[in-house]
Amino acid sequence: MGFSATLPLSKTKITRCRAVAHSIGDEVATLVQEHSTVGVERTFLRLLGLNSATEQEEGLLYPTSNFIVDQVERTGRLVEGSLYWVANAMVAENCSLGDVEAAVLAGKLDVGTVKPQPESAVLKLGRLLARDGVAGLRSRVKNRSKIKRKLKDPAKLKRPLLYQIVATGNIYEDVLQAKSAVMDGIEIVAVIRSTAQSLLDYVPQGATTEGFGGTYATQENFRIMRAALDEVGQEQNKYIRLTNYASGLCMAEISLLASIEGLDYLLNDAMYGILFRDINPVRTLVDQHFSRLLCAQSGICIMTGEDNYMKTTDAVKSGDSVLASEFINERTALNAGLPTSQMALGHAMEMNPQYEKVILMELARAQMTRQIFPDSPLKYMCNTKYKTGDIMTSHVVDAVFNLLGACTNQGVLLLGMPTEAVHTPWLADRSLSARNARYIVNGAAGMGEELGYRSDGFIAKFAQKVLDDAVRLLERIEKIGFLKAIERGYFADVRRPATGGKGAKGVFRVGPKYFNPFYEMMNSRI
Amino acid sequence: MNEIDYKNLVPYGDTTGDGAVQFSFTFPVEPSPKAQEAAAQMVREWGFSDVKVAHMSSVGVGFAYFVIFGRAQRGVNFDKVEVPELTGQRLNYKEIDKRILEEIGRPIRVVGANTGFDAHTVGLDAILNMKGFDGDVGLERYRGFYTVNMGSQVLPAELIERALKEKADAILISKIVTQKDIHIADMKDVILHLRKRGLEKRFILVVGGPRVTHKLALELGYDAGFSIGSYPSDVAYFLLEKMLERIGKKK
Repeated sequence: MGFSATLPLSKTKITRCRAVAHSIGDEVATLVQEHSTVGVERTFLRLLGLNSATEQEEGLLYPTSNFIVDQVERTGRLVEGSLYWVANAMVAENCSLGDVEAAVLAGKLDVGTVKPQPESAVLKLGRLLARDGVAGLRSRVKNRSKIKRKLKDPAKLKRPLLYQIVATGNIYEDVLQAKSAVMDGIEIVAVIRSTAQSLLDYVPQGATTEGFGGTYATQENFRIMRAALDEVGQEQNKYIRLTNYASGLCMAEISLLASIEGLDYLLNDAMYGILFRDINPVRTLVDQHFSRLLCAQSGICIMTGEDNYMKTTDAVKSGDSVLASEFINERTALNAGLPTSQMALGHAMEMNPQYEKVILMELARAQMTRQIFPDSPLKYMCNTKYKTGDIMTSHVVDAVFNLLGACTNQGVLLLGMPTEAVHTPWLADRSLSARNARYIVNGAAGMGEELGYRSDGFIAKFAQKVLDDAVRLLERIEKIGFLKAIERGYFADVRRPATGGKGAKGVFRVGPKYFNPFYEMMNSRI
Repeated sequence: MNEIDYKNLVPYGDTTGDGAVQFSFTFPVEPSPKAQEAAAQMVREWGFSDVKVAHMSSVGVGFAYFVIFGRAQRGVNFDKVEVPELTGQRLNYKEIDKRILEEIGRPIRVVGANTGFDAHTVGLDAILNMKGFDGDVGLERYRGFYTVNMGSQVLPAELIERALKEKADAILISKIVTQKDIHIADMKDVILHLRKRGLEKRFILVVGGPRVTHKLALELGYDAGFSIGSYPSDVAYFLLEKMLERIGKKK
């Protein structure tokens, strides 16, 4: 028996997991090569600069990129890609991109029916447009990093960053709450989306003041919150990070808008959409690739949603599917050129607090995840499933969460709320939650380096078992195929067929002349 | 020890009849002696005596947070309080399953969904999914239930269509998001759709969610409401009893 600063985990098994995840990633890569989606095609147009919107639909504006992709789709031309046909329209009309936009909005131009022009001229113009679009994005990203460099970065303190969510439905109310959270020591603010948004097949436009259980993700809302956090950050000489959600049917579009407006993190996980929002698997895996390419270009750190698996199953037993999914997410992110330092892989403290040794088991999982993904700013999520109206006890559970997070040096602590099971947090709830975390994270700084683990103890054995189970699970997934595994309920006990789900209509096989110069310009490995 | 006065029941702090209550709230003003006095005055005006401000601190941008203690002056007549309650009896999954197959003779057909904008299926899944919740298996696992889980963001019309198609005995809906009382509006909406088609008596209607009470459910026209702390077997037992009632085996 001995003690060590780290858990004794088999390097061979970890390497084996990565090798299997690599082969699973190849299955996803093939899907990405063979397919595109209406979401990806709309994002191409947005990347060129087509970010306007018009016409009311249920009180919201409908984006130009949707109009154009709808036009191209209607005439069966989408198999060549949206960029090709926009460039074709510009060649045919001998006009600028702005002219095309104005004519489409005025109802005078249908990009889907413009007469095909000589291919070489269209491709030449298309490449130029794409290059300008990518260059424009890069220059915005550069400006953003200048702002960031001027402020002190809490990430350099080598302790978990404190993350909270605002969710009023009204962006201006959100601003007040976000600033308040920052005053109380919060370093990452997420604006949770309106609960219906993941299933909208377009991105709403403008500043919004109505939402259900959250606030719509729009470019303007991003801008408003970004400016507010920069302002309060300057007051405190501290760089405050902003998070939103690139999931659902507009994954890639949200990623682009977030890149333009200088967001720092995006929840970005196809598996979350597949399992919990019943989004078509192929649609969201293809969207995810372009989404992650954009994040890689923009320095945005993705967050993955494995924490959710633990909410619908017994978290003591779901460690293997969480770990397996983290390996798969790591691989698909690497395929999009994201460095591991930009992958906040997700997990959570969701075991039943009444289990004996539950804190030991949680510590085992948290430390194991830390060791297996040493460079990832892991996103560690508080307990939510077993929270009740007993708010004082919930506060104690959160304290244990904070201590485990600090001792295992997680990258981001998604802080718990005493009133988690009661309502969307009140201002004072957020403040109590922040005080709890500040005390513990500050007080336990460096504690993980002071203590060790018994090499043959309960904690080591629990972690080893999770890893063993994950190896077996990954091998089973590889054997039957990733899509089949999802279909059979290997993740979170939810079964989703590859052809079912929302947004399936928006997926298409690319044609032999499909035109997409973006992936190459953005150094895609697929 | 003092006798408890059930005709005027007051909270208990450390002595019978002391009426002790703990408050915590936030004022949208900076902490100051004036803010402190204002908070205390407000609590006194609500009818509490011996008001003590135990804690005042700054929260966020220009807010003051308080923890205050006071004594309630007026209690409640406990004997006169009436609450519709679901039968407290509990049977386990095997017993319920056995009784359904013996006494009803076929599986009870159930269609479940989250209606409206609500995309949180945790509650619905906990009741329906094979795995259930906290060791209590879900209805899927019972031989005595045929279940259809339609998932989230289902329109009332779709739900009713499906329930008719599946020849459902019961409809289960789950409501989690409560912002601006959207859960109540959505619950009413389903009833309205059923009424429009003259189907309000066709199905056993069950609703669940953290802010749903049995009382609220009954008021809105449901047969039962399940709140936090309910298990799949509670729902299963209720459906068994209700089915027996419907086929006339139980009054």
